[in-house]
Amino acid sequence: MDAKLLQRELLELTTRVLEEGVIDKQFLEIQTLRDEDNPNFTDEVVALFFEDAQKLINEITKALEQGQNYVDFGKISADAHQLKGISASVGAKRITDLCIAFRGFCDQLISEGSLQQLHYEFSLTKNKIESIFKLEKQILAAGGMLPGM
Amino acid sequence: MTGSEKGCGGVWKWLMKRTVQVLLWVSMSAVVCVGIHLWMKVHNINTAESLLISMCDERARMLQHQFAVSVNHVHALAILVSTFYYNKIPPAINQSVFADYTDMTSFERPLLSGVAYAQRVVRADREKFENQQGWIIKTMKKEPSPEQDEYAPVIFSQETISYIEALDMMSGEEDRENILRARSTGKAVLTNPFRLLESNHLGVILTFPVYRWRISSDATVDERVKATVGYLGGAFDVESLVENLLKQLAGNKDIMVNVYDVTNISTPLIMYGSGANDGYKLLSYASMLDFGDPFRRHQMECRYRQKPPITWPAITTPLGVYVICMLVGYILHAAHRRFINVVENCRKMEELKVKAEAADIAKSQFLATVSHEIRTPMNGVLGMLDMLLDTELDCTQRDHTQTAQTCGKALISLINEVLDRAKIESGKLELEAVPFDIRAILDEVVSLFSSKSRDNGVELAVFVSSGVPDILIGDPGRFRQIITNLVGNSVKFTERGHIFVHVHLAKNTEFPIATTKYETCLNGISKGSCCFETMRACSTLSGLTTADMRSTWEILQPLLSEEMPLHPDSDDVPLMVTVEDTGVGIPLNAQDRMFTRFMQADSSTSRNYGGTGIGLSITKCLVEMMGGNIDFISHPDVGSTFTFTSMLKKCDAKMSSFQTLPICFRGMNAVVIDEMPVRGAITKYHLQRLGITAEVVGNIQCAFAAISGQHDFLGNGYLKKIDVILVELDKWKSDIERSLPKRLLDWKRSGQILNMPKLVLISTSETVSANTKESVDIVVLKPLRASLLAACFEKALGIDGQKRIETQNKRASIRNLLVGKSILVVDDNLVNRRVAEGALKKYGAQIKCVGSGKDAISHLQIPHHFDACFMDIQMPEMDGFETTKQIRMMESNVNKCTGEKIERWHVLILAMTADVIQATYDKCINCGMDGYVSKPFEEEQLYNSLAKLFKFNDSSIAADEQ
Repeated sequence: MDAKLLQRELLELTTRVLEEGVIDKQFLEIQTLRDEDNPNFTDEVVALFFEDAQKLINEITKALEQGQNYVDFGKISADAHQLKGISASVGAKRITDLCIAFRGFCDQLISEGSLQQLHYEFSLTKNKIESIFKLEKQILAAGGMLPGM
Repeated sequence: MTGSEKGCGGVWKWLMKRTVQVLLWVSMSAVVCVGIHLWMKVHNINTAESLLISMCDERARMLQHQFAVSVNHVHALAILVSTFYYNKIPPAINQSVFADYTDMTSFERPLLSGVAYAQRVVRADREKFENQQGWIIKTMKKEPSPEQDEYAPVIFSQETISYIEALDMMSGEEDRENILRARSTGKAVLTNPFRLLESNHLGVILTFPVYRWRISSDATVDERVKATVGYLGGAFDVESLVENLLKQLAGNKDIMVNVYDVTNISTPLIMYGSGANDGYKLLSYASMLDFGDPFRRHQMECRYRQKPPITWPAITTPLGVYVICMLVGYILHAAHRRFINVVENCRKMEELKVKAEAADIAKSQFLATVSHEIRTPMNGVLGMLDMLLDTELDCTQRDHTQTAQTCGKALISLINEVLDRAKIESGKLELEAVPFDIRAILDEVVSLFSSKSRDNGVELAVFVSSGVPDILIGDPGRFRQIITNLVGNSVKFTERGHIFVHVHLAKNTEFPIATTKYETCLNGISKGSCCFETMRACSTLSGLTTADMRSTWEILQPLLSEEMPLHPDSDDVPLMVTVEDTGVGIPLNAQDRMFTRFMQADSSTSRNYGGTGIGLSITKCLVEMMGGNIDFISHPDVGSTFTFTSMLKKCDAKMSSFQTLPICFRGMNAVVIDEMPVRGAITKYHLQRLGITAEVVGNIQCAFAAISGQHDFLGNGYLKKIDVILVELDKWKSDIERSLPKRLLDWKRSGQILNMPKLVLISTSETVSANTKESVDIVVLKPLRASLLAACFEKALGIDGQKRIETQNKRASIRNLLVGKSILVVDDNLVNRRVAEGALKKYGAQIKCVGSGKDAISHLQIPHHFDACFMDIQMPEMDGFETTKQIRMMESNVNKCTGEKIERWHVLILAMTADVIQATYDKCINCGMDGYVSKPFEEEQLYNSLAKLFKFNDSSIAADEQ
C-alpha cells in the first residue's frame, strides 16, 4: 500500500482510538519520545507495560479468586494503584479510569463484573495499540515517516 | 493523712451533691426565718411591756389623783364638822343639816358612797348621850352595844348610808383600828379592803378624826385623844372608782387592772379586779399607789387581758424572707444549671467546630481533587478538539467542534474560579512577583473578548497612559484575571456603546471614587440630567453617557499630557484601572451586595446572561491582596464603571526581553482622522506602541493640513512623509470616502508625495461594504491592539513579519533548564521509569533510573554527580517520604562534618505524584522535598516547578560562592 494512504489510515485509527478513550494524549507524548538513537522506545515501553499490566491483572484475579472467605483487599488496592500508575504513564486511559474506580470499590467489594471489565479493557487496549504498531510498521516498511520522528 | 484527705474529699463530694445542697439551703433559710420570727416576737413583747408600763403608770397616777381629791374633800368636811364643834356644846350642827350639806356636796366625792360622822362617847357619857339622842348605841350587828370604854356611834350620816346611824363604829374590828389610828395620827387612814355593806362592792373606809380644838402638828397621842370629839368616815367604793376611771381611758379592754393592798406583803389583799389568775400572766407590771395613808401601801398591777397577739409583720416578714430565700436558691440553681448547660454546649460546639474545620479541610481537598480530576479529562477533551480542528472539517463540523471547545473552556474557567475561591478562602493563594508587561496583558484580554464585542457591535478599547512603566513587577496571571473578570462582566451586560479599559497612575493612595460619586449625583440632580448628558455626550468613547464621567475627553486630556513622575525613591507603582461600559447597569438595590460571592444582581441575571456570580468576589479578594481596593459607579440603563487600584512594583529589567511587538514600524508617521478625541487617543496609543508617530485630526481638512505640512517649516514643495492614514468607519462614510483617495491620487501625480500613504479603515464590525473595502488598503477590525495593527500593517505594507517562535517555547525553556543536568529517577515501576526517562531525555538531561528507595540512597551517597532526583512517592519497602528523609539526614551529616567548606550538599528532590492536593504537597515539603511534578509529566507544571527550583538553587549557590 501507499505510505501516504497508510499514514492517513494511521491518523484515523489513532483519532478513533483517542475518541474511544482507550488511549490519551500521553500515548502520543510517548510516541514523540522515540528518536534516531532509540527508535524502539515506544514499542519497548508499551511491551513493558503489557507485561507488567498482565502480571498485575493476574495478581488481582488471583487475589480475588484465592479464598472465598478471605480476600486481601490491601494487596488488590496496591496492585490497582500500580496498574493505574503504569497505565497513566503510557496513556492507557480506560485502564487508568477503571483503576481509579477499582480503588474506590476496594473498600466494599469488587464485583466479578468489574474484574471482567478490567480483562476486557486490557485486551481492548492491547488490541488497539498493537494495531497501531502494526500500521506503523507497515508505514516504515513502505518507506514513510512516523509522527513524532 | 490520706485517709482524712479522702474523708474530706468524700464530705466535699457529698456537699457537692445537688439534693444535699438543696436540703441544706432549705433548712438554712428555715432556720433564719424562725430566727427572724423569734426576734420580732421578743421585740413585740418588749414594746407591749413598755406600753403596759406606761398605761399602768398612767392609771395609777389618775387613780391616786382622784383618790386624793376625794380624801381632801372628806378632810375638808372633817374640818367643817370640827368647826361646828368649836367650843360649842352641843354643836351647831344636827343630822338634817349634815345630811343636806353632804347630799349637796356629794358631787365633790364621787368615789364615796357616803360619809358619816361618829361622835366619841366615853363610857361615862353613854347614858347621857343615849338619852340626848333618844336611841341606844348599837353594834354593827344592830344589837345594843355591850359595855365598853369608848364608843363611836354614828350621829350624822349622809342620806345614802343612813342605815348606819346609831351604829357603834368601834364595834367593827376594822373600823375600830381605823379610828384609833386616825385619832392618834390626826391623818386620814384607810381600812383593809372589805365588802361594803349594802353595795357589796369591795371598798375601804376612810376615817378622819375631828378635834375639838386646833391641834399642833407635833401634838402627842394623848393630847390628840383628849381633843378628839368624833370621827368622820366615808366608804370608798374602790371597785366602782377604778371601773369609772378605767372607762375614761383608752385601751381599757386590753388591759386587766388589779389593785392590791400590800401593807402585808406576804398576803396582798385585793381591792379591785378579778384576782391573779386571769389574764396573761407572763407580762405584768405593778405601780405603787399612795392614797395618803402612810401606814398602808397599795399597788396597782396591770396585765394584758390576753396574750399579746402575734403581729402580722412577725409572720409575714419571715415568710417573705423565706420566699426570697427560696427564689434566690432557685435562681442560683437555675443559673448553675444554665452554666452547666452553656459549658456543655460550648464543649459540643467546640467538637462541632473541630469537625467543621476538618470538614472544611476535607472540602478543600475534595475540591482540589475533584477539580483536578475534572480538569485532567477536560484538558484531554480540549486537546482532542484542538487536534480535531486541525483536521479537514466541513463548515458544520467545524462549528460544532468550536462550540464544544468554547463550552469546554468555559467549564475549565469555572472550575478554575471555584478552585481560586477555595484557595483564597483557605489563604493558600499567594501572589507571584514577576516582571510583566501590563500593556501586553491588556491586549490579551482585549483579544479574548474581541469576537464577542464585535458580534454585539460594542466598541472595546484599552488605553494605558504613558506614565505607567513598561514593565512592572506583580502577578500577571491574577492581574489578567481581575481585568478579564471585569471586562467579561461588561461584555456580558453591554449591547451597545463601548467598553473602555484605561490605566493610569493613581495620584495618591486615596480612592477618589466617593467624591466623584457625590459630584455626579449632585450634578445629575441640580443641573437636570438632560442638559448634563447632552453637554457631555460626545466626549466619551462611543458618545454615549457613562456612569462615571472620568473617562471623558476633558478629564482624560490633562492626564495624557501630564507626565506624572513616579516617586524616585519608592519602588511602588500605584495603578488605577477603570473599566467603563455603557451596559444595562446595576440595579440600585443590588449595588450593595455586588461583591458578595454567588450573588448576581438578581436571580434572573443568570437566566439571561449566565455566570455563577463568583467572579466579582474573587476579583475583590485579588484586588485587596494586591494592596488596592475596588469600587464602582453604576446607573441603570446608563452603564457601570468599575475602578480598582493596585500597588505594583517598579522593575529595572530591559523592555527587550518582553518585546514581542515587531520593531519594523519605528519611525513611521501616521495620521488618524477621528472626530472623537478619546477614540483618537486610543488609536494613537496603539500606534505609539509600535513606534509610529501619530497625529490625530478631527476632520478631513485638518488631515490635509497635517499631510501638506502647513504647520511645519519644510515648505519646500514636498509634503510631509505620511506612511499610514487611519480613518474611522463612521467618518469615512460621511465625507472622506470621496475626497481623500482622490486628493491623495492628485498629490501622487503631481509628485508632491513619493509614496502613497496606506489607507487603513478602522471598523467595529465586519459589515464593511465591498465598495469601501476596495477603496482602502486594509480594514482593521476593532478592538484595536498593537499586535493586530502590526499584523495588518505588515500585510498592507508588504513587510515580512518576524517569525514568531511561539510553539515549542515552553519546551525550549524546559530544555534550557534541564540540558546537561544529571537526574536520578526513582520509581519502582519499570514502565513509569522508562517513560520518565524518555521524557526527560528529550529535554537533554542525563538520566539514571533506579527501582527502589534503597538504590536511590546508595546512588546518592556523597559525593555524587546528580543535580536532581525525581522520586515516586508510593514505593514498596521504602516510600518516597522515607527515602527523602534519609537522604536529607545523610546530607546534613556530611554538611556538618565539612563545616565551613564551600560546597554544601543539597540535591533537589521532586516528588512524582498523580494526585496533587495540598495535603500531599505539604507532606512532601515537610519531608524535605523541594517540590513536586505531576505524573505523567505535564509540560507547564514541570516547567514551573523546575524553573522555580533551579533558579533558586543557582542563586543560592551564587550566594554561597560569594
